[in-house]
Amino acid sequence: MALKDTLTNAYSAWMGAGPEDDVAVSSRVRLARALAHFPFPHRLRREKAEEVIHAVALAVRQPEVVRKVGRLELVRMTELSPIERQILVEKHLISPELTREAEKRAVVLSEDETTSIMVNEEDHLRIQCLLPGLQLEETWQVADTVDTALQSVLAFAASEKLGFLTACPTNVGTGLRASVMLHLPALAMAQQIKETLTAVAKLGLVVRGLYGEGTEAKGNFFQISNQITLGQTEDEIIANLVSVTRRVIAQERTARQALYRERREMLEDRVCRAYGALRHARMISSEEALRLLSDVRLGIDLGVIQGVPRRVLTELMIMTRPAFLVKLAGKDLPPFPRDVYRAQLIREKLKQF
Amino acid sequence: MLCEKCKERPATVHYTEIVNNQKREMHLCEVCAREEGMGSFGFFPQLDLHNFLAGILEPEPAGIKVRPAVVRCPACGLTEREFAAQGLLGCGECYNHFGARLEPLLRRIHGATRHVGKRPVRATAAAGRQPARQDTGTDEIARLKAELAEAVAREEFERAAELRDRIRALEQKRK
Ligand SMILES: [Zn+2]
Ligand SMILES: [Zn+2]
Repeated sequence: MALKDTLTNAYSAWMGAGPEDDVAVSSRVRLARALAHFPFPHRLRREKAEEVIHAVALAVRQPEVVRKVGRLELVRMTELSPIERQILVEKHLISPELTREAEKRAVVLSEDETTSIMVNEEDHLRIQCLLPGLQLEETWQVADTVDTALQSVLAFAASEKLGFLTACPTNVGTGLRASVMLHLPALAMAQQIKETLTAVAKLGLVVRGLYGEGTEAKGNFFQISNQITLGQTEDEIIANLVSVTRRVIAQERTARQALYRERREMLEDRVCRAYGALRHARMISSEEALRLLSDVRLGIDLGVIQGVPRRVLTELMIMTRPAFLVKLAGKDLPPFPRDVYRAQLIREKLKQF
Repeated sequence: MLCEKCKERPATVHYTEIVNNQKREMHLCEVCAREEGMGSFGFFPQLDLHNFLAGILEPEPAGIKVRPAVVRCPACGLTEREFAAQGLLGCGECYNHFGARLEPLLRRIHGATRHVGKRPVRATAAAGRQPARQDTGTDEIARLKAELAEAVAREEFERAAELRDRIRALEQKRK
């Protein structure tokens, strides 16, 4: 069954190959939608929250919805163990917030995990679509289709003037948050990350480091997203984000070439050491794993390391997160054996290449 | 209290969750809490605007005749103070009700006060009222029955059987 695969297999469609995937890892679009006639989730008592879940469960089974968006499966948070919930977070399918107050919450997943709908998070529905590489227009189209299909069976809270109404006024209007995950190791090494990201922020976009705070992102992964949801069309929001993202990608590539030209031995040494450590180390902390995986990814992009597909590194990034490790080990692991097990998993995975 | 994961550092992050009607408490240190994914990556930057919003609701401009104070949303009962404290509105109707007071805030956040994107199929809620509060009596049994229907639809027969037992047990207790 699909859910079982989701929980046991670290790989997800968004980790595959995509346009510009030497820098852009994935593209995401999220639409915040509220059901008309219900208080927003933070004011829902449990029985009312249940009605919302039930309404969504019925909606996603309607033939007209299935015809347009394919089979969708609703899973209540209460059906999942804490570890399983955390795995969905680690795979970027739900937010950490959705794992709290589990009895009020659910998630809808498409079979290929491209679409997930969080139920009773900050808004009744948070439709999310995730594709590999830089494909924001395509991702928006998928989300738009899901939204339109759901609107044929559910009444969303909306007004002529303000568009889609959301619990937080920062999301009102389009309810759209588009984002792209970028791997920027060369800008980080060249210590240009701060400048680049400050420039991006000045253009009205939000930048955030993944796995860590601000510009200290571990593994050099950054997420850029739009901030404004009202007064611009979805196409304008997406186009603006794409154009800024393309500029950041170009800058990262320039930095990589410059580093490779002028610091080639240092770069090769760093990348190959990381590869050696991942293939042979006997203990790796999650922080170290992120750092090494980032270096090896750069090595692949520069052609220094060959034969390992990029998607394997993304998969390892997810597999070596704490909840996934516990799931794969089949038991809770204290920190020490956890680092041993993590190193073992990485070695076994890389041995295949 | 020590963190229950690493058993090294003091637990500073506490939370409770309810799984299958069983309460489970977790006490973690900040390091482990972060590892467990509270604040882990992968999600949209939740703009930290909730705090920022507190108290930002525009006061009535001086000199202008003050309208009778808008106290509560008639549909959901949210007060302006609750909104200021949480940064979240209570229902779609709140936008209608607090409308004029929200405009300066929307202008500050978005630089705009009018939606120009995708047109909602039904622009209902803001104009409507909450439907008559029908007390559906959705109790535990009804909830389980809904889950049961879904489990059957998904052909999860093991889970369905388990749910059926729980429903029966509850119904027995009622009698
Ligand atoms: Zn700890
Ligand atoms: Zn209200």
